[in-house]
Amino acid sequence: MDLFATALPALADAWALILQPLVLGYLVLGVVMGLAVGVFPGLGGIAGLSLLLPFMFGMEPVLGLALMIGMVAVVPTSDTFSSVLMGIPGSSASQATVLDGFPLARKGQAARALSAAFTASLFGGLVGACFLTLFIVVARPLVLAFGLPEMLMISVLGLSMVAVLAGRVALKGLAAAGLGMLIGTIGVADAGGSLRMASYDFPYLTDGLQLVIVGLGIFAVPEIVSLLRQDQSISKNASLGAGWMDGVRDWFANKWLSVRCSLIGVLVGVIPGLGGSVVDWIAYGHAVQTTKDKSNFGKGEIRGVIGPESSNNAKEGGGLVPTLLFGIPGSGSMAIFIGAIALLGSGDIEVGPAMLRDNLDITYSIVWLLALANVVGTLLCIGVSGGIAKLTTIRFTYLAPFLFMLIAFAAFQSGQNFEDILALFAIGLIGIFLRRFDWSRPAFLIGFVLSNPVEKFSNQAFQIASFRFRRSFEEGMDYIFSPIVIVLLIITVVSVVLGLRQAKTIMAEGDVQSGSKRAPIVFLLVIMAYVVTALLNANAIPDYNMTDKIVPLVIGGITLVALLILLVQMILRPEGNTIFADKEASGEDADAPYGLWGTLAWFASLIAATYFVGFILALAGFLVVFLRVRAQAPWPKTLILTACGLALMCVMAGALNRDFPPGLLQDAVDLPWPLH
Amino acid sequence: MTIKTLAASAATLALLSAPALAEVDFSGKTIEWVIPFSETGGSAKWANFFAPLLAQELPGEPTVVVKFMPGAGSTKGANWFQEQEYEDGTMLFGSSGSTQFPYLLDDPRVRYEYGDWIPVMATGTGGVAYLNPEDGAKFDGSANGLQDVNLIFGSQGATGLDLVPLLAWKLLGMNVEPVFGIKGRGDGRLMFERGEATIDYQTSSGYLSGGAELVEAGTAVPMMSWGALDEDGAIVRDPTFPDMPSFKEVCAATEGCETEGVAWDAWKAFFIAGYPSQKIAFLPQGTPQEVIDTYVAAFEAVRARPDFAEISSNEVGQYPMFVGEGAVKATKEATTVSPEAKAYVIDWLKDSYGVTIK
Repeated sequence: MDLFATALPALADAWALILQPLVLGYLVLGVVMGLAVGVFPGLGGIAGLSLLLPFMFGMEPVLGLALMIGMVAVVPTSDTFSSVLMGIPGSSASQATVLDGFPLARKGQAARALSAAFTASLFGGLVGACFLTLFIVVARPLVLAFGLPEMLMISVLGLSMVAVLAGRVALKGLAAAGLGMLIGTIGVADAGGSLRMASYDFPYLTDGLQLVIVGLGIFAVPEIVSLLRQDQSISKNASLGAGWMDGVRDWFANKWLSVRCSLIGVLVGVIPGLGGSVVDWIAYGHAVQTTKDKSNFGKGEIRGVIGPESSNNAKEGGGLVPTLLFGIPGSGSMAIFIGAIALLGSGDIEVGPAMLRDNLDITYSIVWLLALANVVGTLLCIGVSGGIAKLTTIRFTYLAPFLFMLIAFAAFQSGQNFEDILALFAIGLIGIFLRRFDWSRPAFLIGFVLSNPVEKFSNQAFQIASFRFRRSFEEGMDYIFSPIVIVLLIITVVSVVLGLRQAKTIMAEGDVQSGSKRAPIVFLLVIMAYVVTALLNANAIPDYNMTDKIVPLVIGGITLVALLILLVQMILRPEGNTIFADKEASGEDADAPYGLWGTLAWFASLIAATYFVGFILALAGFLVVFLRVRAQAPWPKTLILTACGLALMCVMAGALNRDFPPGLLQDAVDLPWPLH
Repeated sequence: MTIKTLAASAATLALLSAPALAEVDFSGKTIEWVIPFSETGGSAKWANFFAPLLAQELPGEPTVVVKFMPGAGSTKGANWFQEQEYEDGTMLFGSSGSTQFPYLLDDPRVRYEYGDWIPVMATGTGGVAYLNPEDGAKFDGSANGLQDVNLIFGSQGATGLDLVPLLAWKLLGMNVEPVFGIKGRGDGRLMFERGEATIDYQTSSGYLSGGAELVEAGTAVPMMSWGALDEDGAIVRDPTFPDMPSFKEVCAATEGCETEGVAWDAWKAFFIAGYPSQKIAFLPQGTPQEVIDTYVAAFEAVRARPDFAEISSNEVGQYPMFVGEGAVKATKEATTVSPEAKAYVIDWLKDSYGVTIK
């Protein structure tokens, strides 16, 4: 009980620190700034926090913490806007939300989906804070119990969610996940430094592809293109049916799901090294498996929104444990947070093992500032959600150019290379075809996200296990089959078995009609060609760098086998079988008034023009031409909208101190910002 | 004080300060400090610490912002900086050991030349190695008792800063097996705390905030510091850890470890590039002397702040902050290595870890 003797006074001190008008004022300021940054996809907390850094120097610690936490806390809340309304995953925390949130928006229930998501976020954040208050003082041994084999098993558990999301043809889901993993291995290998599907002559790929780009390419580009072709509003009949109170009621009806997913969020968040990338998928899988009637998932099931949203804010709280107790950041924004804490006050708060002993009151302040920021952020978000949801009733042709603008800018921010935008386009093409032929895009993304953890943890765990085995057999077995590993193994097996049984009813792409044989087979052969190339490329790595080649070889091999079986099935089965699913055969894509390539050419033209004259000039031309020609807008409207778009970009980039992609023109002539 | 005397004293003040500041004035300007790493790394922390201090000391009190240009292990940003020429003195670049090592090892991605850049400030750090208690008991100031022990070490990669400890342990005749692919020394310490790794090292600030705690709790035994450079360029005990032997002392006490010769020189060269002159601030080529002087004066003023020792304890610790001539000398030491030493390291990397730099 010694623990409580120190913890309770510290908790009281923390509340005394927090509950000052000035502190709360800074918190609200941080929340508002975080919302402003967070509603734009792909920027997230890192951009916002680095903006705050210069002001942290010497600032009163609790004020600085309030400002920073206010900003970090609302990003997983505010990114829900773009996930639900536009089908654009705002950050890695809200990828799973897209699956059911966006279909709800298309049904005209955006406000309902948003308020359910926000309520779930709020609740998740509070559950996380309560749990952490008790847990943080005893968390250290548990965190240390998670060694490499345990982390590998958590990653595998995340991968097993592919089974749930594989779609109607399980092999296609498996192959999509394998392809995602292979694409995730592109670049310099972590372990031995070998190059995979990359070359120093083309340095861009040596760093691998960024998650922001893959997330936007796989989810956002296909949806934007498809909606633009149909030339209507996001909400199919341009109306907003359910209001925001319905969402709150939905959440209340599913409160236990929300509790469970919040706990999943905290616990997975606590484990260092995994970050938040798997949490929302595990929560989504859990939501699917605990729902009796699974037929609505992927088509607008509210539980598919509540599950991941409950977990992603709770995860932020969990992520504080490795950050504060071990000084190991769970995410990019946490890394900046650690750096900023060292700048605060006289610089004597140092995160790490001493944090609990010397600064327990500060630790508790951080936990509860996070919870408070969640409350403030959620209330603000719910307040504006009704208004923002109206975006879904606007004719999409007026939204699309601005979305192209935003995703191109977001992609460029991830690495500040022109190639970032090209990569977005290329991944977008893959996304378009995965969607068209009903290959599970979530499976692809899960594969991509988990590619690096699986490879890293399996290599490292293997090396340490063989080191232990050399000492004694028992020691090795104890290491690999710890109780935690065995429990995780059982959960994984159960989830795969259940998942495969259920997958057929969960159609992430809706009920896709089947078409002729030719197009699906051509797509399959293209994927196969890539997989074979990647296999040959990995095989060419010398054997002494086995750690760099083994994972691509195994994953590529499994994917190739899956593709070969699919090929045989395609040859044998008659036309009209579900295996030949093709959105262009019938349905809204096939009936759309505009073609795929013509629509995609608009986006391509923006990229091409950027290459020549730089982003801002290209954007000005693009917006004018698009609005005049495609949207047939009158001149005054065209000019006003163009000016608004340009102003938005400049204000955002100016405030965040970001550059725009330069073109050939900028190489030749010196131009003033924002043109340079 | 009348208005007249106020005006007079203002005029005198302006006259007095005029000669120094006449040419260079950054009023209303924004200075970009480009860091070739992401927002989350140690260099970001370093630049963010110095940026506001520098802004206060530069004439005209400009805004100093830190910009990030990560990619290709910092060679992308360094290659970009190589292309820059002096314009108006509003650009600064920060390099680190991870930028210096590829340069020393002739990495094919390197298209930059340190000789072209103008160093204005450099800071360094030290490092401490520690063992688990079981193997630590066999350490007696020499590594003689550790010759037949197999150790495991969580490493970020053999061609980065971990090159220095790996080579040190090799010179001591120890069998240390690196597990590659971790991100950051914090992950390495965690691996050590979980008992998966049995040997580890931290830079000085990392050791003080994390490793020392383990030593106090009895779960780690300190082995040695890398040491520090004295005025004459010799390796002495690290002033931050005066009670801990330096690697040089341990090497001298260990059979088969020589503190001279090609292997030792190679270690020392990479140690200097990675630790005592780890982070350096540069102006681009073609910068005129008065702009250089302005920056040097500003960094000197930062160093001379009465509270500098206190506020900088996390960033520079007990280590000297080099400014002006000192920074030039430090940069030269950090970016020069004899061909023999270079060949030795390249061979060793290839033989031990299969790393080829081509």
